[in-house]
Amino acid sequence: MSVTEARLRDCFLRGLAGESTAYHAFLQELSVHLRAFLRRRLSRLPDEVEDLVQETLLAVHNQRHTYDAGQPLTAWVHAIARYKLVDLLRRRAGRDALNDPLDDDIDLLAGSDTEAADARRDLAKLLARLPDKQRLPIMHMKLQGLSVAETARATGLSESAVKVGVHRGLKALAIMIRGGP
Amino acid sequence: MKTDELVAMLASSVEAVPLHSSERRHAIALACGLPVALALMVVFIGVRPDITEAVALPMFWMKLAFPAVLLAGGAFAAIRLSRPGGRMGVTAVALAAPVLAIWLLAAVTLAGAAPAEYGLLIFGQTWAACPFMIALLAVPLFVALIWAMQGLAPTRPALAGAVAGLVAGAGGALVYAPHCPEMAAPFLGAWYVLGMAIPAIAGALLGPRMLRW
Repeated sequence: MSVTEARLRDCFLRGLAGESTAYHAFLQELSVHLRAFLRRRLSRLPDEVEDLVQETLLAVHNQRHTYDAGQPLTAWVHAIARYKLVDLLRRRAGRDALNDPLDDDIDLLAGSDTEAADARRDLAKLLARLPDKQRLPIMHMKLQGLSVAETARATGLSESAVKVGVHRGLKALAIMIRGGP
Repeated sequence: MKTDELVAMLASSVEAVPLHSSERRHAIALACGLPVALALMVVFIGVRPDITEAVALPMFWMKLAFPAVLLAGGAFAAIRLSRPGGRMGVTAVALAAPVLAIWLLAAVTLAGAAPAEYGLLIFGQTWAACPFMIALLAVPLFVALIWAMQGLAPTRPALAGAVAGLVAGAGGALVYAPHCPEMAAPFLGAWYVLGMAIPAIAGALLGPRMLRW
């Protein structure tokens, strides 16, 4: 498990430094662990698992600047996953569906589950509802893989507006997912 | 959108992110909130007229040190609580110690005083205004700290809000002290603590609503 922590942390830190390949590997491996972790805790709500995996991945991405390099990465990710899980259960007011999600033991890396079910909520549809100055930078940079400079040329926005647009757009997406501010 | 597609989208053209964002945002909040509170104190209520004599008294500096220590300890607690999974840890001691110290000093003062002096030592001349002035002067820093936390990710929003309120209250007490004519430890232990508790309670109530992410 500590080998996994070390590998994940290394990929994540390289991702924070701007290495897309390492960051992709981190998110990919994390999604497998998150799926197993959340499926165990949502055994009565199996349809929610994939949506919550996606919501948690988006939160990990949006909050990646809050990671303190002195802390274990697993503890940080676990706190995010748990927060999003509790948030979902509150939204549903389905406390009876709670399958002991409030445990403190950090077994996030204990399981893996590569069988992604279909998400019920389509993030692509939510993305389409963002205003242009957020949607266009995300389309060009995040979906077509253009650089900041190329996106700025394609959209006519300044480079800083492109970066701000991506950042705010992904935050707005997280707010839409949890149903308003 | 499939999860693999989301992963590819989030990882594509990812920008480098600076570390220590919690420290940075809280430092900005303190640097913006405290000068505004100080300016409000100077403009609206003013420094005490006998300030030049007061600075010679140890109790004047004690009155500044008490909220200053709380402010520092609280700021570190706020930095920790703004990160997912963050706990107060040793910073809880830094919050409790100055309050316990001032209560101890108040008890010693009262023990050495005649019962007829208790009223003056506890209530002074300004007890009715003090907590509200401290709470009012806490507002700029409170707003700044909530802004700081909204850009971060506290997973215990009520506790994070309470600590933000406590830090703001300590900041309010710090800038109120040069105006305040009171010099007795029992007064500080009662009314300064109450003045700082008001924004802390407000923060605990507002935190779960304002710090969602």
